[in-house]
Amino acid sequence: MKKVLVLVLLVIVGYFLTDTFNLIPFGENRIGNPQDEQTVAGYYLNNTVEKTSVANTVTAIVVNYRGFDTLGEVTVLFLATTGLGSILFRRKEDEEEIERINKPSSSLMQTGSRVLFPLIALLGIYVFIHGHLTPGGGFQGGAIIATGFLLMLISYKNFKAGHTMLNWVESLAGITFVSIGLWGLLTGGTFLENVLPAGELNNLISGGVIPIIYIAVGFKVAAELTGVLDILLNIKPKK
Amino acid sequence: MITYVVIFSILAVLLVASALYAVIQKDLLAAVISTGVVSLILSVFFYLMQAPDVALTEAAIGIALTTIIFVITIRNTSRNEDETVDNNLEKF
Repeated sequence: MKKVLVLVLLVIVGYFLTDTFNLIPFGENRIGNPQDEQTVAGYYLNNTVEKTSVANTVTAIVVNYRGFDTLGEVTVLFLATTGLGSILFRRKEDEEEIERINKPSSSLMQTGSRVLFPLIALLGIYVFIHGHLTPGGGFQGGAIIATGFLLMLISYKNFKAGHTMLNWVESLAGITFVSIGLWGLLTGGTFLENVLPAGELNNLISGGVIPIIYIAVGFKVAAELTGVLDILLNIKPKK
Repeated sequence: MITYVVIFSILAVLLVASALYAVIQKDLLAAVISTGVVSLILSVFFYLMQAPDVALTEAAIGIALTTIIFVITIRNTSRNEDETVDNNLEKF
């Protein structure tokens, strides 16, 4: 039974692959000619601004045209975090305080990171909220926020990134991404179809679902990377 | 244009030099800092090649997060490269 199922799946995949390749004549350049709208690069460069009214073409490609890839990337990061956590995470045993492995840092470091942390978090939030207008996006903004948390984690021994909170943020962001994709499937016909109105170019609220997805990705990446750092900093060294 | 080429060449030489240093160096902490320098120069490269979003990613992940994760790992293990690994390699 299993073998039959595998065979059927292989035939379906093979049919669609050959079908796609038969559409393109052998040896024709369909990838990289910005002037020719028949090629992929030309289509993106000439149509992105009109159709999605997103100023940053890279964002439009990553989140809208290639949104399924981005979902895969987010899943890869999630799997990496889960793997690391399942190997290294120590549940707190009874009456035991898990000690941070780093020594307490100097007051210069503590004061400096207390001043810098809100600014870094603000920059990260700016980067992912403006992902469709300026360079950057969810991954970049999330990573910047995670560096802010890193600064706090290494300067304050008592600063704790609550794992329940991080898990909730991560799960809700992931659910948001997938449910927007399903919404597009139900109303527009394809997964991650841009169903909201495109709006006006260069406005903060424009580009349909693109900013929502990038904000979700930003929260997800920030929560995941902060979780990784927290897990790594809480391992007990061998006595 | 000529300034661009000069800056580019100097950075490229520095990039290869620090990458080589990271491979040769036996002190792992120095090697990790050196890979951080590689990431720093690489992010400048991405910026010069008009890919600012990739430069942002490289700056945040390559310079800060990866370096710190390796430093934490070195703290928990040992600072110097394990010589026995080299000896094992010589057998082949």
